[in-house]
Amino acid sequence: MKRVVITGAGTINALGHDVKSTMAAMQAGTCGIGALELRDVERLSIQIGGQVRGFEAEGRYNRQQMSLYDRFTQFTLAAAKEAIDQSGLSFSGDLAAKSGVVLGTAGGGVSTWDDNYRSVYEDGKNRVHPFVVPKLMNNAAASHVSMEHNLKGPSFTVSTACASSNHAMAQAFSMVRSGMSPAMITGGSESMLCFGGVKAWEGLRVMSRDACRPFSANRNGMVQGEGAGVFVFEEYEHARARGADMLCEVSGFAMSSDASDIVMPSKSGAARAMAGALADAGINRDEVGYINAHGTGTAANDKTECAAVADVFGPHADKLMISSTKSMHGHLIGGTGAVELLACIMALRNGVIAPTIGYEEPDPECALDVVPNEARKAKVKVALSNAFAFGGMNAVLALRAI
Amino acid sequence: MSTKDKVIAIIAEQAVLDPAEVTPSSTLEDLGIDSLGLVESIFSIEEEFDISVPFNANDPQSSDFDISTVASIIAGIERLQKEQG
Repeated sequence: MKRVVITGAGTINALGHDVKSTMAAMQAGTCGIGALELRDVERLSIQIGGQVRGFEAEGRYNRQQMSLYDRFTQFTLAAAKEAIDQSGLSFSGDLAAKSGVVLGTAGGGVSTWDDNYRSVYEDGKNRVHPFVVPKLMNNAAASHVSMEHNLKGPSFTVSTACASSNHAMAQAFSMVRSGMSPAMITGGSESMLCFGGVKAWEGLRVMSRDACRPFSANRNGMVQGEGAGVFVFEEYEHARARGADMLCEVSGFAMSSDASDIVMPSKSGAARAMAGALADAGINRDEVGYINAHGTGTAANDKTECAAVADVFGPHADKLMISSTKSMHGHLIGGTGAVELLACIMALRNGVIAPTIGYEEPDPECALDVVPNEARKAKVKVALSNAFAFGGMNAVLALRAI
Repeated sequence: MSTKDKVIAIIAEQAVLDPAEVTPSSTLEDLGIDSLGLVESIFSIEEEFDISVPFNANDPQSSDFDISTVASIIAGIERLQKEQG
């Protein structure tokens, strides 16, 4: 089995248009959630979100590209370029033939569906643009990354709702660890902040109208975000031989299925995923210093997640830190694990733990060190990143400082 | 159909019961309606009566709409119809 390291990271989200600005915002405890600006917002009962602002596709992409790139693809390409540039890799020959792209998304080109349904149903048009299908398909982003960077190895898209990018990164990790690929581009993206995307979530009655306050007793729901996180996972010896800067090591993962309820989370499913990731990575539970929580800010998730952490870690649960950065960038659904991996890298590499902002009232059912409101300096050697999806599908990654 | 009969029909359908088995004093819990069933019932009520029901599944008790019994739901609907009518 090969060791796997991260040699490049890229992102775009409500906190920043790159990794540097995103980490600075996480460290400062900045809230990227605000009033939504989108068509027909006045017909929504939920009018806040973690929207990416100042991202102009015009100028970044040409007319031909714009006709093929949904917003989720635009985000992905920007994040992938940042990650691959940082890694210093360029793909040709055998490296290109074996390296691929595995990305997560829950909805794919949601705004392309939305815009074109409007056009045929509301405006009564009988014709849509010829590229609607290649623009909205869930694998469009992965395909465009492969084309842009000449990645000819195993490439596909994973869709497991809110765990999509963790499941995707787990697949990429497995491929590098097994020796199948020397490097994989992986992560995820989501862009559901359009009228139909928010309206669908609104129906479930789990959204907050004012803020995402994970673990706080007065939390009242989740807030949607958008954006992308993309990483270069590289085989350790390959990275070392070329003197690459290693951000951290990916040391294990586990996936589990609750097999119980389509929306309610399960403590045992979450616990099995965390315990499994530790076992896979050969990590003792006492070594874990930080967990980036799924921490959606819903009543059900946060108490279930805390109970699962207590089950897995026993007395050590009171010593480790756990925070939810969704309080700052919102819930990026299929892209969320990817953006949240940045908080783990910041903890392992910079010794800065991102806070859970908006924390107002302790909840006895979430009685862990949730790093309330302010970032903290701490030396952390091992971090976990949790993602628990609707449908009961969980994926947890274990990372180690290098 | 009266408001009461309409509400009972909605709740009975959700609980997969005969309307005769649903009374004003029944609680949703008694009838075996879980949180998803509750969200669906509220959706059906909004559609039937053309009202908007304030309800957040994260904290059902804090919402300004009493869901403790069938009777309290009927009273809540009548109030919302006056306010929103």
